[in-house]
Amino acid sequence: MKKGLGRKSFLALTLACTMLATACGKSESGNATAAAGGDAIKVGILHSLSGTMAISEDTVKNSTQLAIDEINAAGGVLGKQIAAVTEDGASDPAIFAQKANKLVSDDGVATVFGGWTSASRKAMLPVFEKTGNLLWYPVQFEGNECSPNIMYSGAQPNQQTLPAYDWAKEKGYKNFFLVGSDYVYPRTANLIVKKHLEKDGLKLAGEEYQPLGGTEFSGVIGKIKAARPDIIFNTLNGDSNVAFFKQMAAAGLTPKVIPVMSFSIGEQEAQAMGPALVEGSYAAWNYFQTLDGDANAKFIKAYKAKFGEDKVLTDPMVHGYVDVYVWKAAVEKAGSTDPAKVRAAAVTLDAVDTPLGKVNFVKNNSLVQTAYIGEADPKGQFKILWTSKGAIQPEPYDPLAFPGKTCSIG
Amino acid sequence: MDAAFLFGQLFNGFSVASLYILAALGLALSFGLMRVINMAHGEILMVGSYLAYLTILFVPGPMGIIVAMLVAFLGAGMLGGLLEVTLVSKLTSRPLDTLLATWGVSLILQQAARDLFGATGVSVTAPAWLDGGFALGPLQLPTIRLFILLLAALILGGLAALLRYTRIGLLVRAVNQDRATAAAMGVNVRQVDAFIFALGAGVAGVGGVVLALLGPVTPTVGQGYIVTAFLVVILGGLGSVVGTTLAALMIGLFMALSQIFVDVSFAQVLTLIFVILFLQFRPQGVIAVRSRALDAE
Repeated sequence: MKKGLGRKSFLALTLACTMLATACGKSESGNATAAAGGDAIKVGILHSLSGTMAISEDTVKNSTQLAIDEINAAGGVLGKQIAAVTEDGASDPAIFAQKANKLVSDDGVATVFGGWTSASRKAMLPVFEKTGNLLWYPVQFEGNECSPNIMYSGAQPNQQTLPAYDWAKEKGYKNFFLVGSDYVYPRTANLIVKKHLEKDGLKLAGEEYQPLGGTEFSGVIGKIKAARPDIIFNTLNGDSNVAFFKQMAAAGLTPKVIPVMSFSIGEQEAQAMGPALVEGSYAAWNYFQTLDGDANAKFIKAYKAKFGEDKVLTDPMVHGYVDVYVWKAAVEKAGSTDPAKVRAAAVTLDAVDTPLGKVNFVKNNSLVQTAYIGEADPKGQFKILWTSKGAIQPEPYDPLAFPGKTCSIG
Repeated sequence: MDAAFLFGQLFNGFSVASLYILAALGLALSFGLMRVINMAHGEILMVGSYLAYLTILFVPGPMGIIVAMLVAFLGAGMLGGLLEVTLVSKLTSRPLDTLLATWGVSLILQQAARDLFGATGVSVTAPAWLDGGFALGPLQLPTIRLFILLLAALILGGLAALLRYTRIGLLVRAVNQDRATAAAMGVNVRQVDAFIFALGAGVAGVGGVVLALLGPVTPTVGQGYIVTAFLVVILGGLGSVVGTTLAALMIGLFMALSQIFVDVSFAQVLTLIFVILFLQFRPQGVIAVRSRALDAE
């Protein structure tokens, strides 16, 4: 009898620990960071701080927080301090939806900054549409979506995928191999690339997907070897990239042998993977840390002062940072934190000075911005090889891949 | 289809199978002996990966990885032993409770790794002597994959020798055949259980080192392999070492060869269908075929 009880309490203890671990794992919950009283404006920050996407998203959370701290130090918004509530989406779309709902409904935040994978954005979208709140989404994506409740500050396909494609075409690459994580962004971005390959009479050498977080690339690499492409377009996300580049190198396929153009690898990922692994490979973004300009130099300095001298800056981090400033400008123009009024103000603002240069949102809720192609150097920084002719107007629907669709937000 | 691609995929099949063997052996051993399904097995792989990372911080240089395998084997083995003594042995009569409890342990270990090393994961760089490849006609075989194949073969051989020729091996076989009789004959069944659990965990620890050479080391690194490892154990039948090896080879080769005709993500679906169909016709798994063949000899 005594023994039985012992076992029961043991099991109960195990269960309690399990629940505790789950709770700790899934939530960096609820602590408003600014030491503000009831008069503060609450905003949400929602990123993956654990799981396969944490390698990329953790730092976007940091840069968003940096912008909030800077604004608070300069007097806040409408005379009030901003209080950030940070939540962990745990690389799981369902948790993103649940946390978005918590932020908007329970915490009553004025707006939310966050998301990375398209799967997480698609999962959060209904929450923001239902509650009428506003999400600021900082990452490049596949387009084919337009909602009045999301501000898309990352690149649309015509601001990243297509400039990279055009650049590769100009360089004389004719045979493209597409590798991606198996979810909406890579599949849609690759659909667009395929339509353009078809139109231009170029060749698709192959197209392969790995589950998000997958690390076994021997099959994919076997196919790449057999297909002998001129260039690989890499839309793998998160730390799958580490496995991909490691196993490519082991198979003798360094970026020098077959060039790789990546769409989700920035300075942070290059650093985390070990720069030697990606040296000589290409990336397409709207920002590189090596970009000239005073605003960028100031941003880099401030970030390093707060998070460490060895830290690097990436495109999504800058967009996470820029979003807060645009939100602030829009709130001040609208004289209110009401999401609908803020959106209306945001798309009619004059260009805001940011580390990206002067940028502004247009009617389709997306950012007008310049595209760059960079080449990874031995330090994991990117040498800018190519710059688009001026800023590119965002276009969520590629006319070849999605004929007849347009974005009309009232 | 060119021959290099075909042979390349054949090699990939063996290479992937060797990973599955390292990941599944421990599961098969503890299931075979105790009928315990260890949900924390993936996290033991993960612990092996982090031990490799830590070892290489302290022992850089070409031999670091060898030391790391030793450290990971001992460290993961001790963790497995501890888990068996404190938890699994208390619950062996209730398989569902073991399932739940070890799942709890897996979450705790993941969270511990997250707190200790950060959520973003760390990286282990393979030593220079594992770089490059080995040319075999038109085929370029990555040295690192050859190394893993060799390692899996060595571990399998060592395990077979241990079970076949040593006294502890004799005891393990006795408990495996008839637990009650073995106990009645004076075999300390508890100790045999703990030993096998620790040994299986140690092998998983070495598997973790191998994963660290191929990809990122994250708190969830074991999760990616654990489902396939369970699949291998089920397909192998009754948790036998021979069955596990054959099943790992079958799954690895099936996956690699089906990739010749379909894309990589669909090959995974086909593999699952293959396992389901196989078990429809042979619910006992592969080993039954093997043992009958042996009996007939």
